[in-house]
Amino acid sequence: MIRVVLPAHLRTLAHVNGEVTLELAVPPTQRSVLDALESRYPMLCGTIRDHDTLQRRAFLRFFACAEDLSHESPDTLLPPEVAAGTEPFLIIGAIAGG
Amino acid sequence: MSKVRVLVGTRKGAFILSADGKRENWQVSGPHFAGWEIYHLKGSPVDPNRIYCSQTSGWFGQIIQRSDDGGKTWFQPGTPPGETKTPDGMPKGESNKFAYDVSPQTGKPLTTHQWYDGTQHPWEFKRVWHLEPSYTDPNLVYAGVEDAALFRSTDGGQSWSELSALRGHGTGPKWQPGAGGMCLHTIILDRKNPNRIYIAISAAGAFRSDDAGKTWKPINQGLVSQFIPDPNAEVGHCVHHVAMHPSHPDTLFMQKHWDVMRSDNAGDRWHEVSGNLPTDFGFAIDVHAHEPETIYVAPIKSDSEHFVPDGKLRIYRSRSGGNEWEPLTKGLPQSDCYVNILRDAMAVDSLDSCGVYFGTSGGQVYASSNAGDSWMPIVRDLPAVLSVEVQTLP
Repeated sequence: MIRVVLPAHLRTLAHVNGEVTLELAVPPTQRSVLDALESRYPMLCGTIRDHDTLQRRAFLRFFACAEDLSHESPDTLLPPEVAAGTEPFLIIGAIAGG
Repeated sequence: MSKVRVLVGTRKGAFILSADGKRENWQVSGPHFAGWEIYHLKGSPVDPNRIYCSQTSGWFGQIIQRSDDGGKTWFQPGTPPGETKTPDGMPKGESNKFAYDVSPQTGKPLTTHQWYDGTQHPWEFKRVWHLEPSYTDPNLVYAGVEDAALFRSTDGGQSWSELSALRGHGTGPKWQPGAGGMCLHTIILDRKNPNRIYIAISAAGAFRSDDAGKTWKPINQGLVSQFIPDPNAEVGHCVHHVAMHPSHPDTLFMQKHWDVMRSDNAGDRWHEVSGNLPTDFGFAIDVHAHEPETIYVAPIKSDSEHFVPDGKLRIYRSRSGGNEWEPLTKGLPQSDCYVNILRDAMAVDSLDSCGVYFGTSGGQVYASSNAGDSWMPIVRDLPAVLSVEVQTLP
């Protein structure tokens, strides 16, 4: 079981509260997690990564286990703690303001 | 008794303002989509309970929302949670996908336009500025987007395809972004002639199609823009908004960056009708519902000072189709007011005594139930208003 934490606005769009849990048939990578997330919540297509290029949107970052994974290859395996469900995969909106 | 429903898009959500035909007591619902920029909402003329909404965010991109019950509930067309395909097999999650057509079979692939510094820049989708539902089919709706292009949905917003002949017209490399981006912000459909579509782009100009979008013609002759290398160029003009009365589809009124313009031949030729306006810079322009020669503008001080002149909020009305203008001030603040009125933030209802509505960057939405003779605020403290549309309901 993979745990995913979404920004508040995306939780609203997906009609979920709190964390999202996903079952993956393949080892968890950014790509496989996001594929599963968008498959289950199609209204999130295009909100985290571009529809066509699948590039991460500029003002979003991916974190897990206190590490910024945003610039990792989308096919790099996520940390074992994420695979085991003990740590969530975090999708975070850039914090802007003053 | 008839009712009116005012659809308000703001920087931080959508609001729906409702009243009976007297337009005195208003109910306010919202914010819908709180925290998101709502560039535009518009109801279907065929089914007024069908409302389309452009919800957008710098973080999360573009979302299309739809209501089929007059704004009580909303959904992203074609995307209930937990399903990936519609019963007929259509992929879900496509309602927010606006992919430029680059296929040689259907359009003329065009990948660059002029950037602020004069270099060529790739086309990049940013957001939907304007949604225009059809007069004949509630599932047919057009979307004007940034970077400028025209999209169409024939399935109620579930999926979108570009009318690529506009972007492939051949002048695209000369189009350039205005200060607000390179947006297609105006779409006007002709109720009498479904093949005719007018659109306007900042900063490219106005275009007309007479074959439902298959081909396009720039309609900018007579526009003079001193801020571009050739002030009389075929394209490159910063058109801010265009309005038309449905009974006179060949007569158009335009608020350009500077200048208020008029055409009586479907845009083939324009002439200036700024007349005695205190300033002819502005964004919004609209036409009285029953008097095709009565038009409204909201003069703004200048392109470097986007607020009303002299601290006075004045809508100007011409009953002669331009040139002769009168200020409308009753009920509007006449001192220390420094708000802006954006291009899509003025609308009229079609009740016997025409109602006129506009929203401001200060979050006020004003209404006049007597064609502008006097005004009252419906709400005073919304987030900055981006758009105002009105539905007149039976």
